[in-house]
Amino acid sequence: MATKLKPVDVVVVGVGLAGSILAKELAEAGLSVVGLERGRWRDTDPDFAMPHAHDELRYVKRHELMQDLSRETLTFRNNAAETALPMRQLGSFRPGEGVGGAAVHWGGLTWRFLPWDFETRSRTLARYGKGQIADDCTSQDWGVSYDDLEPHFDRFEHLYGISGRAGNLKGKIIPGGNPHEGPRSRDYPNPPLKTSYAGSLFKQAAEKMGYKPFPSPSGAVSQPYTNEYGSTINGCVYCGYCQFFGCEMGAKASPQTAVLPNLMKQKKFELRTLANVVKVNLDSAKKRAVSVTYIDSRGREFEQPAEMVLLTSYVFNNARLMLISGIGKPYDPIANTGVVGRNYAYQTPSSVTLFFEDKVFNQFMAAGGMGVTIDEFNGDNFDHSGLGFIGGGFFQAATSGSRPIEVRPVPRGTPRWGAEWKHAVAKYFNRSFGIAIQGACQSYRGNYLDLDPTYRDAYGLPLLRMTFDRHENEHKMSTWLTHKAAELAKAIGPSKINVTPRTEKYTIVPYQSTHNTGGVAMGGDPATSAVNKYLQSWDVPNVFVVGASAFPQNGGYNPTGTVGALTFHALAAIKNRYLKRAGPLA
Amino acid sequence: MDESGASGKGRRRFLKSVGALSASVPAAALGQQHSHGAAKGEKYMFLSAAEVAFLDAAVARLIPADELGPGAKEAGVAYFIDQQLFGGFGTMAKMYRQGPHAEGTPQQGYQSPLTPQEVYRAAIAEVDAGCVKQHGRPFAKLEAKQQDEVLRALDEGKFPLEAVPARFFFNLLLDNTIEGFFSDPIYGGNRDKIGWKLVGFPGVAAVYTQHIEKYGVPYDALPISIVDILEGKSVLDETGHPKHVLLVRKD
Repeated sequence: MATKLKPVDVVVVGVGLAGSILAKELAEAGLSVVGLERGRWRDTDPDFAMPHAHDELRYVKRHELMQDLSRETLTFRNNAAETALPMRQLGSFRPGEGVGGAAVHWGGLTWRFLPWDFETRSRTLARYGKGQIADDCTSQDWGVSYDDLEPHFDRFEHLYGISGRAGNLKGKIIPGGNPHEGPRSRDYPNPPLKTSYAGSLFKQAAEKMGYKPFPSPSGAVSQPYTNEYGSTINGCVYCGYCQFFGCEMGAKASPQTAVLPNLMKQKKFELRTLANVVKVNLDSAKKRAVSVTYIDSRGREFEQPAEMVLLTSYVFNNARLMLISGIGKPYDPIANTGVVGRNYAYQTPSSVTLFFEDKVFNQFMAAGGMGVTIDEFNGDNFDHSGLGFIGGGFFQAATSGSRPIEVRPVPRGTPRWGAEWKHAVAKYFNRSFGIAIQGACQSYRGNYLDLDPTYRDAYGLPLLRMTFDRHENEHKMSTWLTHKAAELAKAIGPSKINVTPRTEKYTIVPYQSTHNTGGVAMGGDPATSAVNKYLQSWDVPNVFVVGASAFPQNGGYNPTGTVGALTFHALAAIKNRYLKRAGPLA
Repeated sequence: MDESGASGKGRRRFLKSVGALSASVPAAALGQQHSHGAAKGEKYMFLSAAEVAFLDAAVARLIPADELGPGAKEAGVAYFIDQQLFGGFGTMAKMYRQGPHAEGTPQQGYQSPLTPQEVYRAAIAEVDAGCVKQHGRPFAKLEAKQQDEVLRALDEGKFPLEAVPARFFFNLLLDNTIEGFFSDPIYGGNRDKIGWKLVGFPGVAAVYTQHIEKYGVPYDALPISIVDILEGKSVLDETGHPKHVLLVRKD
């Protein structure tokens, strides 16, 4: 029997990137806020302290900072004809666990999606007509435009101290930046990170081919920076232990460095860790959330009443809590009705690896998100007529940390083991680098999230079931983009290249990216979106669901910058409108 | 010492004449570590003597000692695997273990009801039994070429195993071998930082702010491990990062 607790104004489920910001802002606005986090407290000291911070096995292979699947995982199948089986070990993606969420171990790339991304369907129809989009593609407009989100991108970038160089300031193209980005009201708060040797070679070759290379925008902060919350993020020292690690320097933007020092001082905020929310409880009319139920580390069940419930955990838990709690109609792919679980998408990453005989790159000196990028082949920045696909992705010469357990490329055709393999690894570990292509992924009728009929979590609740495969659009796009990148790679002058487009059936085994999106898609139409354009549930208006779960499809970028922007966008709607008059905002 | 490219008759003759691969590795290539058996202070916790013999022999073929330097056996990979199998990894502490179990598709990944600990125990016994049946000797006693044939058959899924698919075991073994060769020596492998020296990886990072824009300049540092720092064997700067000792290049 649950112990009923004293009511609060706001309960935040998941204290990661979105949850920490919303909790801080609403507590400061005078509301009583409780943050419930399934994992433990984590901070720069002692959790990410030297020398253990530089332990590749622990963080990359044993997933120190990531979700404990023994308690909760999901099931997976490529299509509805198969039986979904549990993801028993982490592979394709690595969700976080604990305070700060995946924003502790993220890689740092902080993008603004293109104006086109927010209006994927309408702009594609306008430029190319209906034939360009596959019949079963459910990609749609977001209900918000880039211009709506610009102030929120700006605020998030300044909160997180992002390092970068503007390419479009209020419509004026700035040399050295990304000319394809939407207009921005201000430059990045910090200058770009340094440029590696690999980056400099990529830049030269790209310029020669007429592209406009620019430094990748990163949350590895290039110099000490104090943000609007009074939190100081330190300057990056290029140690190369960034993505999948916590930062020992406090130099990676994260809830720990950018938000928690302020949040934890808020008198109206209370954090409860090791508190696993299992359900949002609704009133009898199913129109209003009255409380959440959570289990603590001793197995005790609590009911926390609240006026407002903010679901701010990772994509999967946001969708799962909606389904378990009966908020919004579950998606039915056969009838193509319902909304929760609809529009699950991912990323279509691919790569070109360059091998040299006479150049050393020291790619172990690196920062998360460090690199040089071109954006000519992202979104609709190029003419898709006759190509048979929509979308694209950026190309980046990444210098984000080469450590030998995971990053030890060898030329194609090299055996997987034995003397020949050993020679190739010894030769090329320091004589290679990669061009990463961050391909987009559209949404489809057959790709969705629902509750698994068989498998359960440690609390006896059904696991989330993922049904997913990339479609012809993604395979064609990846082939085309990767060969474009190979042309650029060849211009750099390597002795050999590996060209690896993503054309196989999706597999949950090798790491690809922790860029899962959708399932609680936002939009302007309650028939095709689970939350409105303010990330408010259409059905239960005192529930907001904030995160990449709201993306109706995924762009050719890492999602974090857009998640940050959506967080401030939802916050503005809550603070400026909802708190004045609770009820549906759209 | 066999040459990396040398295979076939020359190597077989040489191996026969000296009896064991480890004895053929020059002391200089091995560095200071012990050439067989556990290094000082290394006590096996899970693996039996026969399993250690199997793993020593197998990892010596996966990453062999050659003119570039010592291989996975000399790096202590068998001991690394022992320690991993006894701990959270070997018992699937952070993995989902609930049934029902089904083989599933390759895209669905690890579906065995066995833990890595159980996989090694069952698969090594099966491989050894298969080798005894075919060659009259367990895997560790075969000639290098025969060992390569067995490993290749496992890799290609052609060596029949009951407990798990052959390739599943092989991939686990190869993955753990690479981990043991390149992870921090605190886990018992990468002895003497053999793996890091092979590829030129400096281990625990220094502050690289002043180095990262020195384009094309090799960074020949003596690798520093977590163990080195815990034992006070590395000078640290004010941020807690080691100060790397750079080797002077004569060329």
